[in-house]
Amino acid sequence: MIIAQQKPIKDIAAMIADCKKVLLVGCAGCVTVCLSGGEKETEVLASSLRIMRRLQGNPLETVTYTATRQCDPEYIETLENLVKDVDAVVSLACGVGVQYLAERFHDKWVVPAQNTMFVGGSTAHGVWEERCGLCGDCILHRTGGICPIIRCSKSILNGPCGGSQYGKCEISKDVDCAWQLIYDRMKALGKLDKLLEIQPPKDWSKSRDGGPRKAIREDVMIG
Amino acid sequence: MKTESKLQKLLDSGHFAVTAEIGPPKHASAHGIRHHAHMLKDYVDATNITDCQTAIVRLSSIASAVHILDCGLEPIVQMTCRDRNRIAIQSDLLGAYSLGVRNLLCLSGDHQKFGNEPSAKNVYDVDSIQLIYLMRRMRDEKMFFSGEPIKEHEPRFFIGAVANPFADPFEFRVARLEKKVEAGAEFIQTQCIFDMERFERFMEMVRERGIHERVHILAGVTPLKSWRAAKYLQTSVSGMIVPDDIVERLKKAEDPKREGIEICIEQIKHIRNIPGVHGVHIMAIAWEEVVPEIVERSGLFPRPKVE
Repeated sequence: MIIAQQKPIKDIAAMIADCKKVLLVGCAGCVTVCLSGGEKETEVLASSLRIMRRLQGNPLETVTYTATRQCDPEYIETLENLVKDVDAVVSLACGVGVQYLAERFHDKWVVPAQNTMFVGGSTAHGVWEERCGLCGDCILHRTGGICPIIRCSKSILNGPCGGSQYGKCEISKDVDCAWQLIYDRMKALGKLDKLLEIQPPKDWSKSRDGGPRKAIREDVMIG
Repeated sequence: MKTESKLQKLLDSGHFAVTAEIGPPKHASAHGIRHHAHMLKDYVDATNITDCQTAIVRLSSIASAVHILDCGLEPIVQMTCRDRNRIAIQSDLLGAYSLGVRNLLCLSGDHQKFGNEPSAKNVYDVDSIQLIYLMRRMRDEKMFFSGEPIKEHEPRFFIGAVANPFADPFEFRVARLEKKVEAGAEFIQTQCIFDMERFERFMEMVRERGIHERVHILAGVTPLKSWRAAKYLQTSVSGMIVPDDIVERLKKAEDPKREGIEICIEQIKHIRNIPGVHGVHIMAIAWEEVVPEIVERSGLFPRPKVE
């Protein structure tokens, strides 16, 4: 899922400093699961902003709504009536949701309440880690199911580099060396010979470097 | 494949090579580089020029190499994968060759987190092994990284790589070295050796696989100025092993700098007798002026002359 983390409240407040009434839109997708932008977080953020502004002698009126998803047009269509009389919309979705709202309500000031961080999963209660680099050309079958693109801090395809020691990456003792993990797993699977093959340079045009990407499924297109 | 590299001629004719390292400055004057080049030129066969080592912005390695050539010393240009994509790497190396550079060392590069631009974006478009492979193919098969032919004047570098016997997983280190040789590396410079026992085990594995017959291995050494420097390398630099007895020896020494030089000379004399080692790479970090004495007292002076 997409992991996002709320911006500091003072930063969010600064984005809507001129507004008297705002709509806060949560998202019931990924950001609900990672506990940063669901219904509960949306209510908490709204009341925090109200309290902050009341204390400043400049009260703020808030309206809240949590969409099933903000990344599908039909789920934000229902917001039309709520958007009408507010000065700004604060989205608690990932960057996709913010853009969908801005695109749909093009004459409205739409701001992000979150920093969209990465695609990953939880490793312990309250801990999320990055797992996929969205490179568009998966190589996990060659690296024992461990992604060096995003888990190696140098995205090395023929690792480990000389900075790997005691299982950790040179950048921090808190970061596992992805290539040590790959080595251990390939060894356990009896596939170390695979790591002797020179992995060719990657075609980054399938990644973000090729420009904004689009996926098309003609079989499910209508009309 | 022959190149115009003097270092290659020396190594191929069986001489025990000596290389050193010059770190470019954090300013725009070549005065220090030229001073060190003049000082080293009769004592070493070639010198590495680091490429913004530890990710600190410094005078460019290729520009430094031109100053060094001008002083009559052969440079080994270091090229990291951290700062340039495949377009910039090829362009810069075509330029380096046109300026007279004949030796190239390909490496990943330290992560930018360690330097003075920790908020920079890193590149790593290709990794060090891919870079070795692509530069070798550029020379021997006359093609750009993309596969497009180079019609004329392909750069003909003597291609080197690094190996770190002290990083983990230890048992994969020799395999990875072999991978670099497969990719096309013709000479190898190792990380600074302090743990001689581990290096000897590493060389044993190298000989078992016959890698020493396919590539020239230059063992890396670093003279230490103080026990604090030793302790720092021991505890704060990933992929480095410094045994306690070296720290202790420097701690007890009346003149730690002298002791550091003595240790380095002892190491070189020891390394010369390890089968399969074809040279020594002296990395006197910010202490280039001790290199002549180390070379001389290790019995490696005068340096052989080649055509």
